[in-house]
Amino acid sequence: MSEANSDKKPEKKYDKDSIKNVVVVAMSLCFVCAIIVSTAAVQLKPQRIANKELDRNKNILIAAGLYAKGVTSDSQIDKLFEQFTIKVVDLQEKKLLSDAEVAAAGIDIKRYDQRKAAKDPSLSIDLEKSRDIASISRRARYSVAYLLEQNGTVDRIVLPVHGYGLWSTLYGFIALEGDANTVAGITFYEQQETAGLGGEVDNPKWKGLWAGKEIYADGKVVFEVIKGSVDPASAKAIHQVDGLSGASITSRGVQNLITFWLGDDGFGPVLKQLQG
Amino acid sequence: MSSQLKEVVWGPVFTNNPIGLQILGICSALAVTTQMSVALVMCVALTLVTAFSNFFISLIRNQIPSSIRIIVQMTIIASLVIVVDQILGAVAYDTSKQLTVFVGLIITNCIVMGRAEAFAMANPPVISFMDGIGNGLGYSIVLMLVATIRELIGSGSLMGVELLPLVTNGGWYVPTGLMLLPPSAFFIIGLLIWALRSWKTEQVEEADYVIGGHTALSRAA
Repeated sequence: MSEANSDKKPEKKYDKDSIKNVVVVAMSLCFVCAIIVSTAAVQLKPQRIANKELDRNKNILIAAGLYAKGVTSDSQIDKLFEQFTIKVVDLQEKKLLSDAEVAAAGIDIKRYDQRKAAKDPSLSIDLEKSRDIASISRRARYSVAYLLEQNGTVDRIVLPVHGYGLWSTLYGFIALEGDANTVAGITFYEQQETAGLGGEVDNPKWKGLWAGKEIYADGKVVFEVIKGSVDPASAKAIHQVDGLSGASITSRGVQNLITFWLGDDGFGPVLKQLQG
Repeated sequence: MSSQLKEVVWGPVFTNNPIGLQILGICSALAVTTQMSVALVMCVALTLVTAFSNFFISLIRNQIPSSIRIIVQMTIIASLVIVVDQILGAVAYDTSKQLTVFVGLIITNCIVMGRAEAFAMANPPVISFMDGIGNGLGYSIVLMLVATIRELIGSGSLMGVELLPLVTNGGWYVPTGLMLLPPSAFFIIGLLIWALRSWKTEQVEEADYVIGGHTALSRAA
Protein backbone atom coordinates (compact mmCIF):
# COMPACT_ATOMS: atom_id res chain seq x y z
CA MET A 1 0.00 0.00 0.00
CA SER A 2 1.48 3.32 -1.03
CA GLU A 3 1.39 6.50 1.02
CA ALA A 4 -0.80 8.34 -1.48
CA ASN A 5 -3.34 5.57 -1.47
CA SER A 6 -3.45 5.44 2.28
CA ASP A 7 -4.32 9.13 2.53
CA LYS A 8 -7.53 8.55 0.69
CA LYS A 9 -8.57 5.50 2.59
CA PRO A 10 -7.27 6.03 6.13
CA GLU A 11 -8.98 2.92 7.48
CA LYS A 12 -6.85 0.80 5.16
CA LYS A 13 -3.53 2.57 5.54
CA TYR A 14 -2.18 0.32 8.25
CA ASP A 15 -2.88 -3.35 8.30
CA LYS A 16 -1.51 -4.57 11.61
CA ASP A 17 -2.15 -8.20 10.76
CA SER A 18 -0.10 -8.19 7.55
CA ILE A 19 2.87 -10.53 7.41
CA LYS A 20 5.14 -7.54 7.01
CA ASN A 21 3.85 -5.96 10.19
CA VAL A 22 4.12 -9.22 12.12
CA VAL A 23 7.79 -9.45 11.17
CA VAL A 24 8.47 -5.75 11.83
CA VAL A 25 6.78 -5.76 15.23
CA ALA A 26 8.44 -9.01 16.29
CA MET A 27 11.90 -7.89 15.20
CA SER A 28 11.77 -4.42 16.69
CA LEU A 29 10.26 -5.68 19.93
CA CYS A 30 13.01 -8.27 20.32
CA PHE A 31 15.62 -5.64 19.54
CA VAL A 32 14.30 -3.15 22.10
CA CYS A 33 13.79 -5.78 24.80
CA ALA A 34 17.24 -7.27 24.20
CA ILE A 35 18.84 -3.86 24.64
CA ILE A 36 16.94 -3.16 27.86
CA VAL A 37 17.67 -6.57 29.38
CA SER A 38 21.34 -6.61 28.46
CA THR A 39 21.86 -3.04 29.65
CA ALA A 40 20.35 -3.90 33.01
CA ALA A 41 22.42 -7.09 33.26
CA VAL A 42 25.71 -5.40 32.39
CA GLN A 43 25.13 -2.31 34.52
CA LEU A 44 24.19 -4.27 37.62
CA LYS A 45 26.76 -7.04 37.27
CA PRO A 46 29.49 -5.52 39.50
CA GLN A 47 26.98 -4.95 42.27
CA ARG A 48 25.65 -8.48 41.97
CA ILE A 49 29.15 -9.98 42.09
CA ALA A 50 30.02 -7.87 45.13
CA ASN A 51 26.83 -9.07 46.83
CA LYS A 52 27.70 -12.65 46.05
CA GLU A 53 31.17 -12.31 47.54
CA LEU A 54 29.80 -10.61 50.61
CA ASP A 55 27.25 -13.36 50.95
CA ARG A 56 30.00 -15.97 50.72
CA ASN A 57 32.06 -14.25 53.41
CA LYS A 58 28.97 -13.95 55.54
CA ASN A 59 28.35 -17.68 55.16
CA ILE A 60 31.90 -18.45 56.21
CA LEU A 61 31.28 -16.39 59.33
CA ILE A 62 27.95 -18.09 59.96
CA ALA A 63 29.51 -21.55 59.59
CA ALA A 64 32.25 -20.58 62.02
CA GLY A 65 29.68 -19.24 64.47
CA LEU A 66 31.15 -15.75 64.39
CA TYR A 67 28.21 -14.06 62.76
CA ALA A 68 26.10 -12.37 65.41
CA LYS A 69 22.59 -11.21 64.64
CA GLY A 70 23.47 -7.57 65.10
CA VAL A 71 26.01 -7.62 62.30
CA THR A 72 24.33 -6.07 59.33
CA SER A 73 26.61 -3.60 57.66
CA ASP A 74 28.97 -4.73 54.94
CA SER A 75 32.00 -3.20 56.61
CA GLN A 76 31.37 -5.18 59.80
CA ILE A 77 31.28 -8.39 57.80
CA ASP A 78 34.51 -7.45 56.04
CA LYS A 79 36.14 -6.67 59.36
CA LEU A 80 35.10 -9.95 60.96
CA PHE A 81 36.20 -11.79 57.86
CA GLU A 82 39.66 -10.27 58.06
CA GLN A 83 40.37 -12.33 61.17
CA PHE A 84 40.65 -15.39 58.97
CA THR A 85 43.87 -16.48 57.36
CA ILE A 86 43.21 -17.86 53.93
CA LYS A 87 45.27 -20.94 53.21
CA VAL A 88 45.57 -23.09 50.14
CA VAL A 89 45.28 -26.84 50.45
CA ASP A 90 46.93 -29.04 47.84
CA LEU A 91 44.48 -31.93 47.68
CA GLN A 92 46.81 -33.98 45.50
CA GLU A 93 49.92 -33.71 47.67
CA LYS A 94 47.62 -33.64 50.69
CA LYS A 95 49.18 -30.72 52.50
CA LEU A 96 48.68 -27.10 53.42
CA LEU A 97 50.79 -24.88 51.20
CA SER A 98 53.03 -22.20 52.60
CA ASP A 99 52.80 -18.71 51.13
CA ALA A 100 55.90 -19.31 49.03
CA GLU A 101 54.44 -22.51 47.61
CA VAL A 102 51.20 -20.76 46.84
CA ALA A 103 53.09 -18.11 44.92
CA ALA A 104 55.10 -20.80 43.14
CA ALA A 105 51.89 -22.54 42.09
CA GLY A 106 50.75 -19.25 40.61
CA ILE A 107 47.64 -18.90 42.73
CA ASP A 108 46.17 -15.57 43.67
CA ILE A 109 44.41 -16.52 46.91
CA LYS A 110 41.87 -13.73 46.85
CA ARG A 111 40.84 -14.43 43.28
CA TYR A 112 41.17 -18.21 43.18
CA ASP A 113 38.02 -19.73 41.73
CA GLN A 114 37.75 -23.38 42.61
CA ARG A 115 34.79 -23.96 40.33
CA LYS A 116 36.68 -22.68 37.33
CA ALA A 117 39.76 -24.68 38.32
CA ALA A 118 37.69 -27.87 38.53
CA LYS A 119 36.95 -27.50 34.81
CA ASP A 120 40.59 -26.96 33.84
CA PRO A 121 42.29 -30.32 33.13
CA SER A 122 45.69 -29.02 34.27
CA LEU A 123 44.32 -27.90 37.62
CA SER A 124 41.96 -30.74 38.38
CA ILE A 125 41.53 -34.49 38.22
CA ASP A 126 38.76 -36.63 36.86
CA LEU A 127 37.30 -38.77 39.61
CA GLU A 128 36.35 -42.30 38.65
CA LYS A 129 32.90 -43.45 39.69
CA SER A 130 33.97 -45.42 42.76
CA ARG A 131 35.82 -42.47 44.28
CA ASP A 132 33.33 -39.83 43.27
CA ILE A 133 31.07 -40.13 46.31
CA ALA A 134 29.70 -36.62 46.12
CA SER A 135 28.97 -36.82 42.34
CA ILE A 136 31.08 -33.83 41.44
CA SER A 137 32.88 -35.62 38.53
CA ARG A 138 35.99 -33.39 38.68
CA ARG A 139 37.94 -32.15 41.66
CA ALA A 140 40.24 -29.16 41.59
CA ARG A 141 43.78 -29.77 42.80
CA TYR A 142 43.83 -26.75 45.04
CA SER A 143 41.21 -25.60 47.46
CA VAL A 144 41.13 -22.69 49.81
CA ALA A 145 40.63 -23.16 53.53
CA TYR A 146 39.91 -20.45 56.06
CA LEU A 147 41.71 -20.72 59.36
CA LEU A 148 40.94 -18.69 62.43
CA GLU A 149 43.88 -18.61 64.76
CA GLN A 150 43.77 -17.42 68.31
CA ASN A 151 46.86 -17.14 70.49
CA GLY A 152 48.84 -19.19 68.04
CA THR A 153 46.49 -22.17 67.95
CA VAL A 154 43.90 -22.96 65.34
CA ASP A 155 40.44 -22.22 66.66
CA ARG A 156 38.24 -22.76 63.62
CA ILE A 157 38.78 -24.40 60.25
CA VAL A 158 36.26 -23.45 57.58
CA LEU A 159 36.28 -25.61 54.47
CA PRO A 160 34.35 -25.19 51.24
CA VAL A 161 32.35 -28.28 50.32
CA HIS A 162 30.04 -29.14 47.49
CA GLY A 163 28.16 -32.12 46.16
CA TYR A 164 25.09 -33.17 44.30
CA GLY A 165 21.71 -33.35 46.01
CA LEU A 166 18.50 -34.04 44.13
CA TRP A 167 18.28 -31.27 41.54
CA SER A 168 21.39 -29.26 42.01
CA THR A 169 24.89 -29.06 43.33
CA LEU A 170 24.89 -27.78 46.89
CA TYR A 171 27.67 -25.35 47.72
CA GLY A 172 28.46 -24.66 51.32
CA PHE A 173 30.98 -24.41 54.10
CA ILE A 174 31.64 -26.64 57.04
CA ALA A 175 33.41 -25.25 60.07
CA LEU A 176 35.38 -27.50 62.38
CA GLU A 177 36.76 -26.64 65.77
CA GLY A 178 40.46 -26.60 66.53
CA ASP A 179 40.56 -30.38 67.05
CA ALA A 180 39.66 -30.79 63.33
CA ASN A 181 36.97 -33.27 64.32
CA THR A 182 34.14 -31.47 66.09
CA VAL A 183 31.69 -29.62 63.84
CA ALA A 184 31.24 -25.96 64.73
CA GLY A 185 28.67 -25.27 62.05
CA ILE A 186 27.59 -25.79 58.48
CA THR A 187 25.92 -23.62 55.92
CA PHE A 188 24.86 -23.82 52.29
CA TYR A 189 24.97 -20.67 50.27
CA GLU A 190 23.94 -21.99 46.91
CA GLN A 191 21.45 -24.73 46.13
CA GLN A 192 18.33 -25.25 44.07
CA GLU A 193 16.71 -28.07 46.00
CA THR A 194 12.93 -28.22 46.36
CA ALA A 195 11.85 -25.21 48.40
CA GLY A 196 10.36 -26.34 51.69
CA LEU A 197 11.78 -29.88 51.47
CA GLY A 198 15.39 -30.23 50.31
CA GLY A 199 15.66 -26.44 50.45
CA GLU A 200 15.53 -26.80 54.22
CA VAL A 201 19.27 -27.53 54.19
CA ASP A 202 19.47 -23.79 54.65
CA ASN A 203 17.16 -23.86 57.68
CA PRO A 204 18.97 -22.40 60.71
CA LYS A 205 17.28 -24.87 63.04
CA TRP A 206 18.51 -27.87 61.09
CA LYS A 207 21.98 -26.42 60.72
CA GLY A 208 21.95 -25.88 64.48
CA LEU A 209 21.77 -29.66 64.97
CA TRP A 210 25.27 -30.01 63.54
CA ALA A 211 27.19 -28.11 66.19
CA GLY A 212 29.13 -30.38 68.51
CA LYS A 213 28.86 -33.48 66.31
CA GLU A 214 32.04 -35.39 65.56
CA ILE A 215 33.15 -36.47 62.11
CA TYR A 216 35.84 -39.06 62.73
CA ALA A 217 36.15 -42.24 64.73
CA ASP A 218 39.35 -44.33 64.44
CA GLY A 219 40.56 -42.05 61.67
CA LYS A 220 37.55 -42.72 59.42
CA VAL A 221 34.62 -40.51 58.49
CA VAL A 222 31.69 -42.04 60.32
CA PHE A 223 29.40 -39.04 60.19
CA GLU A 224 25.85 -39.82 59.03
CA VAL A 225 22.72 -37.94 58.09
CA ILE A 226 20.15 -40.53 59.14
CA LYS A 227 16.51 -41.00 58.26
CA GLY A 228 14.25 -39.77 61.04
CA SER A 229 15.47 -38.48 64.37
CA VAL A 230 18.67 -39.26 66.18
CA ASP A 231 18.25 -41.37 69.30
CA PRO A 232 20.19 -39.40 71.91
CA ALA A 233 20.82 -42.55 73.95
CA SER A 234 22.59 -44.25 71.04
CA ALA A 235 26.37 -44.51 71.17
CA LYS A 236 26.47 -43.23 67.59
CA ALA A 237 24.42 -40.10 68.35
CA ILE A 238 27.54 -37.95 68.45
CA HIS A 239 28.15 -38.83 64.78
CA GLN A 240 24.58 -38.44 63.56
CA VAL A 241 22.27 -35.68 62.44
CA ASP A 242 18.51 -35.93 61.69
CA GLY A 243 17.67 -36.22 58.01
CA LEU A 244 15.38 -33.67 56.41
CA SER A 245 11.86 -35.01 56.27
CA GLY A 246 10.59 -35.37 52.73
CA ALA A 247 14.09 -34.94 51.35
CA SER A 248 15.87 -38.29 51.57
CA ILE A 249 17.94 -37.70 48.44
CA THR A 250 19.10 -34.25 49.48
CA SER A 251 19.96 -35.64 52.94
CA ARG A 252 21.96 -38.43 51.36
CA GLY A 253 23.65 -35.87 49.12
CA VAL A 254 24.70 -33.89 52.18
CA GLN A 255 26.06 -36.99 53.85
CA ASN A 256 27.94 -37.92 50.67
CA LEU A 257 29.54 -34.54 50.32
CA ILE A 258 30.71 -34.63 53.93
CA THR A 259 32.08 -38.16 53.44
CA PHE A 260 33.90 -37.08 50.30
CA TRP A 261 35.30 -33.73 51.35
CA LEU A 262 36.39 -34.81 54.82
CA GLY A 263 37.61 -38.17 53.51
CA ASP A 264 40.88 -39.23 51.88
CA ASP A 265 40.21 -37.55 48.54
CA GLY A 266 39.19 -34.34 50.25
CA PHE A 267 40.58 -32.54 53.25
CA GLY A 268 40.90 -35.68 55.43
CA PRO A 269 44.70 -36.10 55.32
CA VAL A 270 45.31 -32.39 55.90
CA LEU A 271 42.91 -32.36 58.83
CA LYS A 272 44.79 -35.30 60.32
CA GLN A 273 48.00 -33.29 60.11
CA LEU A 274 46.27 -30.47 61.93
CA GLN A 275 45.01 -32.86 64.57
CA GLY A 276 48.51 -34.18 65.11
CA MET B 1 -12.08 10.69 33.98
CA SER B 2 -11.27 10.97 37.65
CA SER B 3 -14.16 8.70 38.64
CA GLN B 4 -13.04 6.18 36.05
CA LEU B 5 -9.51 6.43 37.40
CA LYS B 6 -10.76 5.83 40.91
CA GLU B 7 -12.73 2.83 39.75
CA VAL B 8 -9.74 1.41 37.90
CA VAL B 9 -7.38 1.78 40.86
CA TRP B 10 -9.66 0.90 43.78
CA GLY B 11 -12.03 -1.52 42.03
CA PRO B 12 -9.58 -4.44 42.06
CA VAL B 13 -8.83 -3.93 45.75
CA PHE B 14 -12.17 -5.16 47.08
CA THR B 15 -14.98 -5.36 44.52
CA ASN B 16 -12.99 -7.10 41.80
CA ASN B 17 -10.01 -8.53 43.63
CA PRO B 18 -7.73 -10.59 41.36
CA ILE B 19 -7.17 -13.23 44.03
CA GLY B 20 -10.47 -12.95 45.91
CA LEU B 21 -12.87 -12.87 42.96
CA GLN B 22 -10.94 -13.96 39.90
CA ILE B 23 -8.80 -16.50 41.81
CA LEU B 24 -5.69 -15.54 39.82
CA GLY B 25 -2.08 -15.55 41.01
CA ILE B 26 -2.67 -18.17 43.71
CA CYS B 27 0.63 -20.03 43.38
CA SER B 28 2.84 -17.15 44.44
CA ALA B 29 0.31 -16.27 47.15
CA LEU B 30 0.98 -19.70 48.63
CA ALA B 31 4.72 -19.63 48.20
CA VAL B 32 5.98 -16.29 49.40
CA THR B 33 3.67 -15.49 52.31
CA THR B 34 5.55 -17.06 55.22
CA GLN B 35 7.24 -13.74 56.00
CA MET B 36 5.81 -10.27 55.62
CA SER B 37 9.05 -8.69 54.43
CA VAL B 38 9.43 -11.21 51.61
CA ALA B 39 5.76 -10.89 50.67
CA LEU B 40 6.12 -7.10 50.58
CA VAL B 41 9.01 -7.24 48.12
CA MET B 42 7.04 -9.68 45.98
CA CYS B 43 4.01 -7.34 46.04
CA VAL B 44 6.07 -4.34 44.99
CA ALA B 45 7.74 -6.36 42.23
CA LEU B 46 4.45 -7.69 40.91
CA THR B 47 2.69 -4.31 41.06
CA LEU B 48 5.51 -2.66 39.13
CA VAL B 49 5.65 -5.40 36.54
CA THR B 50 1.87 -5.36 36.03
CA ALA B 51 1.75 -1.56 35.78
CA PHE B 52 4.65 -1.23 33.37
CA SER B 53 3.73 -4.22 31.22
CA ASN B 54 0.22 -2.77 30.92
CA PHE B 55 1.70 0.59 30.01
CA PHE B 56 4.04 -0.68 27.31
CA ILE B 57 1.56 -3.13 25.85
CA SER B 58 -1.10 -0.45 25.71
CA LEU B 59 1.39 1.91 24.06
CA ILE B 60 1.83 -0.41 21.10
CA ARG B 61 -1.62 -2.02 21.23
CA ASN B 62 -2.53 -0.61 17.80
CA GLN B 63 0.62 -2.08 16.27
CA ILE B 64 0.49 -5.54 17.84
CA PRO B 65 -0.68 -8.08 15.25
CA SER B 66 -3.40 -10.24 16.77
CA SER B 67 -1.72 -13.42 15.54
CA ILE B 68 1.34 -12.93 17.76
CA ARG B 69 -0.15 -10.77 20.50
CA ILE B 70 0.34 -13.28 23.32
CA ILE B 71 4.01 -13.73 22.39
CA VAL B 72 4.47 -9.96 22.23
CA GLN B 73 2.90 -9.58 25.67
CA MET B 74 5.06 -12.36 27.08
CA THR B 75 8.23 -10.81 25.66
CA ILE B 76 7.46 -7.46 27.26
CA ILE B 77 6.50 -9.05 30.58
CA ALA B 78 9.55 -11.34 30.58
CA SER B 79 11.92 -8.44 29.87
CA LEU B 80 10.45 -6.43 32.74
CA VAL B 81 10.69 -9.39 35.10
CA ILE B 82 14.35 -9.96 34.21
CA VAL B 83 15.08 -6.30 34.88
CA VAL B 84 13.27 -6.48 38.24
CA ASP B 85 15.16 -9.67 39.11
CA GLN B 86 18.49 -8.04 38.25
CA ILE B 87 17.69 -4.97 40.33
CA LEU B 88 16.64 -7.09 43.30
CA GLY B 89 19.86 -9.09 43.05
CA ALA B 90 21.83 -5.86 43.14
CA VAL B 91 20.04 -3.96 45.90
CA ALA B 92 18.23 -6.55 48.03
CA TYR B 93 20.35 -9.68 47.71
CA ASP B 94 19.05 -11.50 50.78
CA THR B 95 15.42 -11.01 49.87
CA SER B 96 16.04 -12.03 46.30
CA LYS B 97 17.64 -15.22 47.60
CA GLN B 98 14.53 -15.96 49.63
CA LEU B 99 12.22 -15.23 46.73
CA THR B 100 14.31 -17.60 44.60
CA VAL B 101 12.35 -18.62 41.55
CA PHE B 102 9.22 -16.72 42.39
CA VAL B 103 10.44 -13.43 40.96
CA GLY B 104 11.07 -15.24 37.70
CA LEU B 105 7.65 -16.81 37.96
CA ILE B 106 5.98 -13.39 37.87
CA ILE B 107 6.22 -14.01 34.12
CA THR B 108 3.64 -16.74 34.41
CA ASN B 109 1.53 -14.93 37.01
CA CYS B 110 -1.98 -14.96 35.63
CA ILE B 111 -2.70 -11.45 36.90
CA VAL B 112 -0.04 -9.84 34.71
CA MET B 113 -1.05 -11.78 31.62
CA GLY B 114 -4.75 -11.38 32.35
CA ARG B 115 -4.59 -7.61 32.72
CA ALA B 116 -2.46 -7.25 29.61
CA GLU B 117 -4.90 -9.24 27.52
CA ALA B 118 -8.14 -7.98 29.08
CA PHE B 119 -7.37 -4.33 29.73
CA ALA B 120 -4.18 -3.01 28.18
CA MET B 121 -5.00 -4.30 24.69
CA ALA B 122 -8.14 -2.15 24.63
CA ASN B 123 -7.29 0.98 26.65
CA PRO B 124 -4.88 3.92 26.43
CA PRO B 125 -1.51 3.75 28.25
CA VAL B 126 -2.09 5.92 31.33
CA ILE B 127 -5.32 4.27 32.38
CA SER B 128 -3.75 0.85 31.68
CA PHE B 129 -0.85 1.78 33.93
CA MET B 130 -3.27 2.69 36.70
CA ASP B 131 -5.16 -0.56 36.12
CA GLY B 132 -1.89 -2.40 36.68
CA ILE B 133 -1.31 -0.48 39.91
CA GLY B 134 -4.86 -1.24 41.02
CA ASN B 135 -4.60 -4.96 40.36
CA GLY B 136 -1.18 -5.02 41.97
CA LEU B 137 -2.74 -3.42 45.05
CA GLY B 138 -5.55 -5.96 45.05
CA TYR B 139 -2.96 -8.76 44.92
CA SER B 140 -0.83 -7.04 47.56
CA ILE B 141 -3.61 -6.59 50.09
CA VAL B 142 -4.45 -10.30 50.01
CA LEU B 143 -0.79 -11.30 50.12
CA MET B 144 -0.04 -9.02 53.05
CA LEU B 145 -3.09 -10.22 54.97
CA VAL B 146 -2.10 -13.84 54.45
CA ALA B 147 1.52 -13.09 55.33
CA THR B 148 0.50 -11.25 58.52
CA ILE B 149 -1.54 -14.20 59.72
CA ARG B 150 1.04 -16.77 58.70
CA GLU B 151 4.03 -14.97 60.16
CA LEU B 152 2.30 -14.13 63.43
CA ILE B 153 0.94 -17.61 64.07
CA GLY B 154 3.75 -19.54 62.39
CA SER B 155 6.78 -17.64 63.69
CA GLY B 156 5.36 -15.38 66.39
CA SER B 157 6.70 -12.27 64.68
CA LEU B 158 5.72 -9.51 62.28
CA MET B 159 8.18 -8.07 59.75
CA GLY B 160 10.82 -10.17 61.53
CA VAL B 161 10.18 -8.48 64.91
CA GLU B 162 9.33 -11.06 67.55
CA LEU B 163 5.98 -10.23 69.15
CA LEU B 164 5.11 -13.54 70.75
CA PRO B 165 8.25 -14.81 72.53
CA LEU B 166 8.96 -18.32 71.26
CA VAL B 167 9.55 -21.29 73.52
CA THR B 168 12.86 -21.92 71.72
CA ASN B 169 13.96 -18.43 72.76
CA GLY B 170 12.78 -18.85 76.32
CA GLY B 171 9.24 -17.47 75.84
CA TRP B 172 5.84 -19.10 76.05
CA TYR B 173 4.59 -19.30 72.46
CA VAL B 174 4.73 -22.62 70.64
CA PRO B 175 4.59 -21.74 66.93
CA THR B 176 2.15 -23.56 64.68
CA GLY B 177 4.32 -25.23 62.09
CA LEU B 178 1.37 -25.73 59.73
CA MET B 179 1.28 -21.99 59.11
CA LEU B 180 4.72 -22.17 57.53
CA LEU B 181 3.61 -24.81 55.05
CA PRO B 182 1.90 -23.85 51.78
CA PRO B 183 -1.47 -25.54 52.56
CA SER B 184 -2.13 -23.05 55.35
CA ALA B 185 -2.28 -20.26 52.76
CA PHE B 186 -5.02 -22.20 50.99
CA PHE B 187 -7.10 -22.22 54.16
CA ILE B 188 -6.48 -18.55 54.86
CA ILE B 189 -7.25 -17.45 51.31
CA GLY B 190 -10.41 -19.58 51.40
CA LEU B 191 -11.52 -17.95 54.64
CA LEU B 192 -10.70 -14.51 53.26
CA ILE B 193 -12.80 -15.16 50.15
CA TRP B 194 -15.64 -16.33 52.38
CA ALA B 195 -15.40 -13.17 54.47
CA LEU B 196 -15.21 -10.98 51.35
CA ARG B 197 -18.29 -12.60 49.81
CA SER B 198 -20.26 -12.35 53.03
CA TRP B 199 -19.51 -8.62 53.02
CA LYS B 200 -20.08 -8.05 49.30
CA THR B 201 -22.82 -10.55 48.54
CA GLU B 202 -22.97 -9.61 44.85
CA GLN B 203 -19.70 -11.56 44.45
CA VAL B 204 -21.41 -14.83 45.34
CA GLU B 205 -21.73 -16.90 42.18
CA GLU B 206 -24.98 -18.55 41.23
CA ALA B 207 -24.98 -22.25 41.91
CA ASP B 208 -24.33 -24.35 38.80
CA TYR B 209 -27.01 -26.84 39.83
CA VAL B 210 -29.60 -27.31 42.53
CA ILE B 211 -29.65 -30.43 44.60
CA GLY B 212 -33.05 -32.11 44.07
CA GLY B 213 -35.17 -34.00 46.57
CA HIS B 214 -34.45 -37.60 47.51
CA THR B 215 -36.26 -39.50 44.74
CA ALA B 216 -36.07 -42.95 46.26
CA LEU B 217 -37.58 -41.66 49.48
CA SER B 218 -40.48 -39.87 47.75
CA ARG B 219 -41.24 -42.96 45.63
CA ALA B 220 -41.38 -45.12 48.70
CA ALA B 221 -43.80 -42.72 50.30
